[in-house]
Amino acid sequence: MLDCGLDMTSTLNFLPLPLVQSPRLSNLPGWSLKDGNAFLDKELKECSGHVFVDSVPEFCLPETELIDLSTVDVILISNYHCMMALPYITEHTGFTGTVYATEPTMQIGRLLMEELVNFIERVPKAQSASLWKNKDIQRLLPSPLKDAVEVSTWRRCYTMQEVNSALSKIQLVGYSQKIELFGAVQVTPLSSGYALGSSNWIIQSHYEKVSYVSGSSLLTTHPQPMDQASLKNSDVLVLTGLTQIPTANPDGMVGEFCSNLALTVRNGGNVLVPCYPSGVIYDLLECLYQYIDSAGLSNIPFYFISPVANSSLEFSQIFAEWLCHNKQSKVYLPEPPFPHAELIQTNKLKHYPSIHGDFSNDFRQPCVVFTGHPSLRFGDVVHFMELWGKSSLNTVIFTEPDFSYLEALAPYQPLAMKCIYCPIDTRLNFIQVSKLLKEVQPLHVVCPEQYTQPPPAQSHRMDLMIDCQPPAMSYRRAEVLALPFKRRYEKIEIMPELADSLVPMEIKPGISLATVSAVLHTKDNKHVLQPPPRPTQPPSSKKRKRVSEDVPDCKVLKPLLSGSIPVEQFVQTLEKHGFSDIKVEDTAKGHIVLLQEAETLIQIEEDSTHIICDNDETLRVRLRDLVLRFLQKF
Amino acid sequence: MPEIRVTPLGAGQDVGRSCILVSISGKNVMLDCGMHMGYNDDRRFPDFSYITQSGRLTDFLDCVIISHFHLDHCGALPYFSEMVGYDGPIYMTHPTQAICPILLEDYRKIAVDKKGEANFFTSQMIKDCMKKVVAVHLHQTVQVDDELEIKAYYAGHVLGAAMFQIKVGSESVVYTGDYNMTPDRHLGAAWIDKCRPNLLITESTYATTIRDSKRCRERDFLKKVHETVERGGKVLIPVFALGRAQELCILLETFWERMNLKVPIYFSTGLTEKANHYYKLFITWTNQKIRKTFVQRNMFEFKHIKAFDRTFADNPGPMVVFATPGMLHAGQSLQIFRKWAGNEKNMVIMPGYCVQGTVGHKILSGQRKLEMEGRQVLEVKMQVEYMSFSAHADAKGIMQLVGQAEPESVLLVHGEAKKMEFLRQKIEQEFRVSCYMPANGETVTLPTSPSIPVGISLGLLKREMVQGLLPEAKKPRLLHGTLVMKDSSFRLVSSEQALKELGLAEHQLRFTCRVHLQDTRKEQETALRVYSHLKSTLKDHCVQHLPDGSVTVESILIQAAAHSEDPGTKVLLVSWTYQDEELGSFLTALLKNGLPQAPS
Repeated sequence: MLDCGLDMTSTLNFLPLPLVQSPRLSNLPGWSLKDGNAFLDKELKECSGHVFVDSVPEFCLPETELIDLSTVDVILISNYHCMMALPYITEHTGFTGTVYATEPTMQIGRLLMEELVNFIERVPKAQSASLWKNKDIQRLLPSPLKDAVEVSTWRRCYTMQEVNSALSKIQLVGYSQKIELFGAVQVTPLSSGYALGSSNWIIQSHYEKVSYVSGSSLLTTHPQPMDQASLKNSDVLVLTGLTQIPTANPDGMVGEFCSNLALTVRNGGNVLVPCYPSGVIYDLLECLYQYIDSAGLSNIPFYFISPVANSSLEFSQIFAEWLCHNKQSKVYLPEPPFPHAELIQTNKLKHYPSIHGDFSNDFRQPCVVFTGHPSLRFGDVVHFMELWGKSSLNTVIFTEPDFSYLEALAPYQPLAMKCIYCPIDTRLNFIQVSKLLKEVQPLHVVCPEQYTQPPPAQSHRMDLMIDCQPPAMSYRRAEVLALPFKRRYEKIEIMPELADSLVPMEIKPGISLATVSAVLHTKDNKHVLQPPPRPTQPPSSKKRKRVSEDVPDCKVLKPLLSGSIPVEQFVQTLEKHGFSDIKVEDTAKGHIVLLQEAETLIQIEEDSTHIICDNDETLRVRLRDLVLRFLQKF
Repeated sequence: MPEIRVTPLGAGQDVGRSCILVSISGKNVMLDCGMHMGYNDDRRFPDFSYITQSGRLTDFLDCVIISHFHLDHCGALPYFSEMVGYDGPIYMTHPTQAICPILLEDYRKIAVDKKGEANFFTSQMIKDCMKKVVAVHLHQTVQVDDELEIKAYYAGHVLGAAMFQIKVGSESVVYTGDYNMTPDRHLGAAWIDKCRPNLLITESTYATTIRDSKRCRERDFLKKVHETVERGGKVLIPVFALGRAQELCILLETFWERMNLKVPIYFSTGLTEKANHYYKLFITWTNQKIRKTFVQRNMFEFKHIKAFDRTFADNPGPMVVFATPGMLHAGQSLQIFRKWAGNEKNMVIMPGYCVQGTVGHKILSGQRKLEMEGRQVLEVKMQVEYMSFSAHADAKGIMQLVGQAEPESVLLVHGEAKKMEFLRQKIEQEFRVSCYMPANGETVTLPTSPSIPVGISLGLLKREMVQGLLPEAKKPRLLHGTLVMKDSSFRLVSSEQALKELGLAEHQLRFTCRVHLQDTRKEQETALRVYSHLKSTLKDHCVQHLPDGSVTVESILIQAAAHSEDPGTKVLLVSWTYQDEELGSFLTALLKNGLPQAPS
């Protein structure tokens, strides 16, 4: 299984979970059907014309109906965002396989899951709505609830216990490490340049190679650059995790982010940045580190609020080996690779596990707050939206591309605060993709259906799709796709003793053949040919055995023959070996050699020889061996 | 005949100056490039002229691998690469790459600035040398070229220490460097998978020692330190800046904390803070416990241990000082030692191995009058204690590693000849593999017999595997095919396919034998009798009676015909191809014996 990401956009259909009781949210009117039937008003609430489910938020899981998870042997994880569904897959499903991921992926993935669990568990919600999921009722609901897919499979968040159990199934691997799976295939993670420890995977046997390219970046940010060279010579390249915002340039967005931030703060407003606790935030902090002094923001406090803020900042400093060259060489000095260490030391950046506790004492405005969750449905961000939403001095800046900012904001409407959309997505765009494909030249490209056509909103933009030859094969949810290769060969080892005994013959210039008769041993999907056992001595006892024990094993194959028999030479040979009275007749296709005395007839044609004789084994064997002299064995 | 050749240029039946040449399938690799602490002359560096007399080292060596940052494993590197001249790749782990240049610079300073040696490598040479380094991750398969690959495994010993697997095709050598099989207070234990190398080159520093439990040694150490400071004495602990120092600091720090002691602890040289910083940044290389708790508490931030100033050595009252280097052969530790040696209240604790020729080695072997520079004689009155804290595997650990890797043979380096001999016998007895211990400059040659990888057509393989699954296939079966060798590609295919690929036609050889039977019945009945006879005799074969009256056994056809002259005789025509030769021949012989009397 390649990755197991969690679709969290489903949570946009739910009401936010406030940390502090919010009168506004709890007083939203219930929603009723057009005919006035209000039986759903406990479950559904209305806010500025949108309908939300008032319940513990639920997530849309990967397709699990189609396969029996207990038959999955291995899960390969490409980056920490793509493992958020892991507990749903590995726990309570019969899954007994191994998950492979790099150490940063595992550690930061743990932080993301920990944060998610914490956000949801610390605001216990009594209500769990399920009535609306009924197919007949869902039909009657307004969009987007009406169109939500697979709502019956939506699930509540996992627990920390399940997270720990899921993570314990991870086997840590390093870039370019070759991992043998059951002796049949080898998998290798390669740097994908997108996030700390993010990987592309190569899955190969001795004769076939599949590359799985997911969430890759060619930009120079903090992670190790993408390894493209190792992707060459792929039979199939599976391409996914491209940028969500193909039209936005990440560098431009960062600039816009900084200037909007500065503008707001200078006017005495606060800036809210909904974000994940790891990833782009490291780059943003680094930009701000260079920017704040020149922009005169040195006195503005920066707060990073997340249950895992401290861990995330600490962890980022210890994965030097997974960072870009610049950051790596800092560690050799030795200095922390990320400048946020200095921001913390100089008290410009402060981090807190939540708004409760120390934060409330230190809190000064105007300020900049980085906090989660980017969906605005849970986490400390909900509190700041409620707190700052009413003032037009404040600004919320969206940098994470996973959620539509308009939908994210819907339950907070009407809103006075400014909203800036600066999505920063460093993953491959279509121009980079076509460059990459030209570079690595895979025989076939396989990708999700969306990438093979322009985005629906910009259907004229033919440049916003994958363009390659032969055309990419596309897949969609719950569809089975057969990959276009034919396996012809597998590797086998010939033991040295056997190799020594082979007699190669040069059949054509540069081509030699050797017939091999050997014992095949197969263990753990590895094949070895060993020399055949020596023929066992015939039993010395004269005792008559049962006939069936003497029956030869018909599966001992004789070699194939090739060539043709020159009649004249054959006859000469026969004469030399004491046959007389030989008569040769011509036939339509060849000759018949008659040994009149022995009542034996040998039909010789271009591609066949037929010996017809009486039951005289000695004679037959003699003739056989003479015929064989003229033929090649294979 | 392919072979693996190993020649130690250093560390052959000796500790120090590790440098081992390995030739494997035509690739030449140099393992470590160390200096010898016991010498100050030519013998301190390996004799690189052995590698090649005239040619350039770069042409001869495919790569150099450094196992860890200790100077007896990397101390000669700048001399080798910049002064002798080598421009190929040098592989080491990230922490080694980070720390190695610092120790080299330290070493250079002592040699040049303090001892005034000329013709030594310069700071710039260290920098240039480090530019040739390629850092490797643990378990990463590094492709040195198309054929040669190397892979690093965790070795424990010191931060960033690694064991290396060197592999060409199906042949491989594992070099352990220095390693430790038991986790300590700051590092984990060495680990390797069952990689079954042709040869395992292992260190054997503690070839004959089986150490008692770590806890006991730690208790012992704390007791000695505590007693000495209680009676007002000074404790000198010579260490290398990185490695044991951190382990002992953690140990003393927690002890001081628990006992609420106020006696000062110092750590010499400015390296302390820097060194600890490396440990913090490379925390993924430390042990499980430290890695798990580092967010809450960084084990390498010490409260009780302060930086040392050389004037402190003359301060009255008790103190504990960690000073470099660890073998008392130069630098600050030696200076302090000279100051404190005369007082019997003081104590020096040697926490690691000392090579021959160093002051450390001399006092450990009981020498109490030392001849110093300028014919001065130093009388040692202070107590001298030795505590094995150096993180080498002991005999048990070495045997454990051999068991883990399952090599075909073992080669011992980095140990003393006498002790090696003992371990060699033990390994040969226990694992039934040959074990070598060459001296410096002595070459060990191991013939290898690599198996030959070829491609087998899936059709042929599957056909064989399916038959292999049949229940009666217990006895070994023969696979028959044709090996097609074209250019350098080797493919094993079925004979039919080989013929087809070469555009050759098959030549069918068929036999038909007439077998005469006395039988007055009709041909059809004769055929039926033949059928039932064969059916009951050949239980494992497919015997069929066809509608046209003929009988088949597998693909062998038997037809009954009337004799043209004798109505009492029937002729059985048995027909088979050369591929069924054995069965056909068997059948004719069987039928010749006649049919059993039919039940009337």
